[in-house]
Amino acid sequence: MTGKNKENYNENYINYVKSISVKTNEKRTLFRAFWVGGLICVIGQSLRLLLEKVFFITGDELAGYVSMILIFIGSFLTGLGVYDRIGKYAGGGSIVPITGFANSVVSPAMEFKSEGFIYGLAAKMFTIAGPIIVFGVASSVVVGLVYYFIYWVF
Amino acid sequence: MKRTLIFKNKPVITATSTIAGPKESLGPIGKYIETRLDNDKFNEKTFEKAECKMLSYVIDGVIKNSNRKRESVNAILAGDLLNQIISSSYAARDFEIPYIGVYNACSTMSETLAIGSVLIDGGYMENVVCATGSHFATAERQYRYPLELGSVRPPQSQWTVTGAGATMLSKNGVGPKITMATFGRVVDFGITDANNMGAAMAPAALDTLVAHFNENNLSPKDYDLIITGDLGVFGSKILKDLAWEKGFDIFEKHIDCGALIYEPHEEEFQGGSGAGCSAVVLNSYFMDKFKNKEINKVFFLATGALLSTVSTQQGESIPCISHGVVIENRG
Repeated sequence: MTGKNKENYNENYINYVKSISVKTNEKRTLFRAFWVGGLICVIGQSLRLLLEKVFFITGDELAGYVSMILIFIGSFLTGLGVYDRIGKYAGGGSIVPITGFANSVVSPAMEFKSEGFIYGLAAKMFTIAGPIIVFGVASSVVVGLVYYFIYWVF
Repeated sequence: MKRTLIFKNKPVITATSTIAGPKESLGPIGKYIETRLDNDKFNEKTFEKAECKMLSYVIDGVIKNSNRKRESVNAILAGDLLNQIISSSYAARDFEIPYIGVYNACSTMSETLAIGSVLIDGGYMENVVCATGSHFATAERQYRYPLELGSVRPPQSQWTVTGAGATMLSKNGVGPKITMATFGRVVDFGITDANNMGAAMAPAALDTLVAHFNENNLSPKDYDLIITGDLGVFGSKILKDLAWEKGFDIFEKHIDCGALIYEPHEEEFQGGSGAGCSAVVLNSYFMDKFKNKEINKVFFLATGALLSTVSTQQGESIPCISHGVVIENRG
């Protein structure tokens, strides 16, 4: 009965385990992710309005400033050891916004600092955010091409 | 092929020593732990150094507790969860004693006890130190994510114990004796979810348990307790079900170190895990019960998941193992 590899695994057992596994409370996690994620977006939007109305910043520059401030907040809270607690509570709500991205860069940087600044901190900084950057850039190229051809055809 | 060894010159557990982090010390068995730390880093710069220090601390502690000289210890058998078992090897660097590094993930405690017993029963050695440990922060970094990452732990997950335990096995002395050992086989039922260790390891525990009972014509009735290492609440439930299916009713007798170590609390979900889990609980709580004769015969089988981050990423399932030893209070 000892399955040797993935190909002859014990289907009965896996189904049995699935049937008695503890399920994630979907309603609760969705609600938490919604309000925390929403709150982060509200903060971002308020910053935007503040910068626009008070400091008269507009256009791309405005978007840049808002992102910078949010990234700073995310990194700062990670450094204080608060962001992982928010993440534990909110799940996707605090992972998806830009603050979650900041968290995913800063947390490995902090963790691997013990291996030195070059091979530790700098090399391991993007272990989690790396794929996001790669696929982000790749998908932006695809979207750009689609946009270009639609523009060209019509 | 019999997998159970029955010892003639039964090795004696003459002393134990344990150390654990702040979280474990606050748990139900906290008061039994010898050294309770108030910080996770144990005044070291990194968590790896802390894990190593914990191990050398308990090895030193167990030699002192047994009132033996360092020179009279024939070997240190130790293992941990880090790559190339660095914590154990670096801890052994502090002692001028022969060192045998062993690795069977979280099953290392029972494995060292079994091997140590063989060495003593065979007459090759007189005093052997068996030690294992683990650290939450180092295990998280190696197997999962950075500590500060805001990720969510799934409900099946367990919490790696920060702690270490050591046992002194001797040819002569007073204390509970190791009378039998059953070595485990690698069992893999195809669980691929590295967060669901309990489900992956339960069949391995069952395999050893059933072999032990069948080979020796024993049943759960012959034992006061059947102690597993770190199946957690969920894994324990599976083991009870599976054993019942095989005709062994262990509902009354089974207890799991992982399910025992933390207060029921949402964050740890299914309980503790890691090599340190069984090492700490066995050497503190259960040894105290042995001393007071509250339990007199137990089957201790720690379970280990033999995976690495590479095997998980390549989509391999999780092979598991469980070694068991019988510990008895005998005159």
